[in-house]
Amino acid sequence: MAGIEVTTLHKRYPDGTVAVEHVDLSIGDGELFVMLGPSGCGKTTTLRAIAGLERQTSGDIHIGDTLVNDLPPAERDIAMVFQFYALYPHLRTRDNLAFPLRAEGLPKAEVQERVDEAARLMRLGPLLDRRPHRLSGGEQQRVALARALVRRPRAFLMDEPLTNLDAELRADMRTEIKHLQGELGTTMVYVTHDQVEAMSLGHRIAILNKGRVEQIGTPLEVYDRPASLFCAAFIGSPPMNLIEVEVADGKLRSQGGLVLTPPPGLPRDRRLVAGVRPEALEVTEPGAEGSVPARVVSAEWLGDEIIYVVDHGGQREVRVRMAPTVRFAADAPVGLRHTGGPPPVYDVDTEELVA
Amino acid sequence: MAVSVDEAVSAGPGRDHTPSRRRRGGRGRSVLEVALLTVLAVVMLFPVLWMIETSIKENRDVYAIPAKFFDFKVTLDHFKDVFAGSGGGRSALSVSFLNSVVVAGVSTALATVLGVPAAWAYSRFSVKAKKDQLFFILSTRFMPPVVVVIPIFLMYRQLGLIDNKLGLILIYTAFNVPFTIWMMKGFVDEVPAEYEDAAMLDGYTRLQAFWKFTLPLLLPGIAATAVFALIFSWNEFVFAIFLTSSDSVRTAPPAIAGLIGGTTIDWGLVAAASVVFALPVLVFAYLVRKHLVAGVTLGAVRR
Repeated sequence: MAGIEVTTLHKRYPDGTVAVEHVDLSIGDGELFVMLGPSGCGKTTTLRAIAGLERQTSGDIHIGDTLVNDLPPAERDIAMVFQFYALYPHLRTRDNLAFPLRAEGLPKAEVQERVDEAARLMRLGPLLDRRPHRLSGGEQQRVALARALVRRPRAFLMDEPLTNLDAELRADMRTEIKHLQGELGTTMVYVTHDQVEAMSLGHRIAILNKGRVEQIGTPLEVYDRPASLFCAAFIGSPPMNLIEVEVADGKLRSQGGLVLTPPPGLPRDRRLVAGVRPEALEVTEPGAEGSVPARVVSAEWLGDEIIYVVDHGGQREVRVRMAPTVRFAADAPVGLRHTGGPPPVYDVDTEELVA
Repeated sequence: MAVSVDEAVSAGPGRDHTPSRRRRGGRGRSVLEVALLTVLAVVMLFPVLWMIETSIKENRDVYAIPAKFFDFKVTLDHFKDVFAGSGGGRSALSVSFLNSVVVAGVSTALATVLGVPAAWAYSRFSVKAKKDQLFFILSTRFMPPVVVVIPIFLMYRQLGLIDNKLGLILIYTAFNVPFTIWMMKGFVDEVPAEYEDAAMLDGYTRLQAFWKFTLPLLLPGIAATAVFALIFSWNEFVFAIFLTSSDSVRTAPPAIAGLIGGTTIDWGLVAAASVVFALPVLVFAYLVRKHLVAGVTLGAVRR
């Protein structure tokens, strides 16, 4: 087991595309580290550089104490799980699992023992004598995970391993991966574009955009105080309401008259945007104390909650998360008020967190 | 025999279309369709049937007026003449068949050996100006080959490649490599790169990973591509007739064409030689159909 250090990573392809502009990561020993971002943000390229499948243009990668820049993938002592599983189609499950061990030249008895252990961990018993095309997507992914396990590598690299599974199976596998990582205590770098996956799995999350790291933090840090407007819009479903505000009389006021508690240390003379989570707002009866008049534009009934889209005279409509018992008809006149603490505030021009 | 290439290409898809169209149309339409297709089939197949008939007729039946369709004596003498020379030993035609086998076989093998790794590289790696390079490669197929016969002839004369099997092999390879690269690139794109990544993590070099994992999955595609290349080289006439002159180098298409001319034409021999010449193409066309289907349903991986 080992931590992974990525310093000033830069990757530029011969055709001129820059996949990774500048990435610094410090992944702890035994950590489940998630790289999250939209497609083309450089997360997969970073992972492939760690694996040794891509050679970075500049920058260093350490796995444990070893500088691995010039090591071929096989000598980095890592295992990778791919989105398309990449099980060898001509081999039975058993031989797929044994393959990396045989390639290493381990004695037969040990190969057998390790394959059995991995098969037990991933509950593959009945699948051992099947070929990949006779396995379902979920089964293939379990085999792919087991194939990574048998290596007993210093780190696991996961490249969107659950993207091809259907929603129900994905949730199950997510639990399984998290459990497995906790049990083995092996460092895991997990790449995904799915924020739910990132939030539920990661000890820490790195949000990448355009080849740069926008923010690194625990799921709660990332959720509560997104470091930039990009993060604010990316994390959360529905995402944060980004409301343009002005500072007046020691309060933050939106164009529609909504009043927010200001965080300390606000800069002056800048255009500001407050990031307000849908659950930090409340739809009330019209005229309730501290509320501004507003109108329900639409309501999404999700069963355990209702998402109201509300127009309060600001530039943008805001989304409000309410309990399913609080019901307002569409188009009804309502009140809107802020209930949470001071929201994070961003500079409109730099798009960065200022307070 | 240039037609047979087109037949080979259209054989697969054509079959798939007919039943679905018939399902959509009514009964009257299907009768009309069958009638039209029958007429088309007769028109297309009649020359082939006539060629086969002529090859097994005795000479006086060949020239009979009115033509004899059914009641003639069957003889295999013409086929014997194709292979055996008049004074015993091998005939000039059989030598040219052998030349065709060598030239088509070697040029196809060369095109495959050069084209498949190139296709793999274009599919897997990020190359500077990749699209322009691929367009340039394809552009060599834009013009009809006959356009460059004269310059090629002049160059070959300088190089001493006129009337030389190597010359034909080289020019056929040059025409087949672009085709192989383009067709194989499609097949390589279909095989997920993750196989190679996984193999590299398991301790193989990139080339070993290609050799051990990607190549076996590409075999149906390689077979289909090679068969197309083979059919091109086998049928090629223009370069063969311009660049070769002696019987010992000549390939079958100009050799068969050479039988026509002079005062009498042995149509039986021409037909028999054509049948022998066409057989491999028919067999290969059949193989292409099978392997094209195999190539499409490669599906070892779920996407």
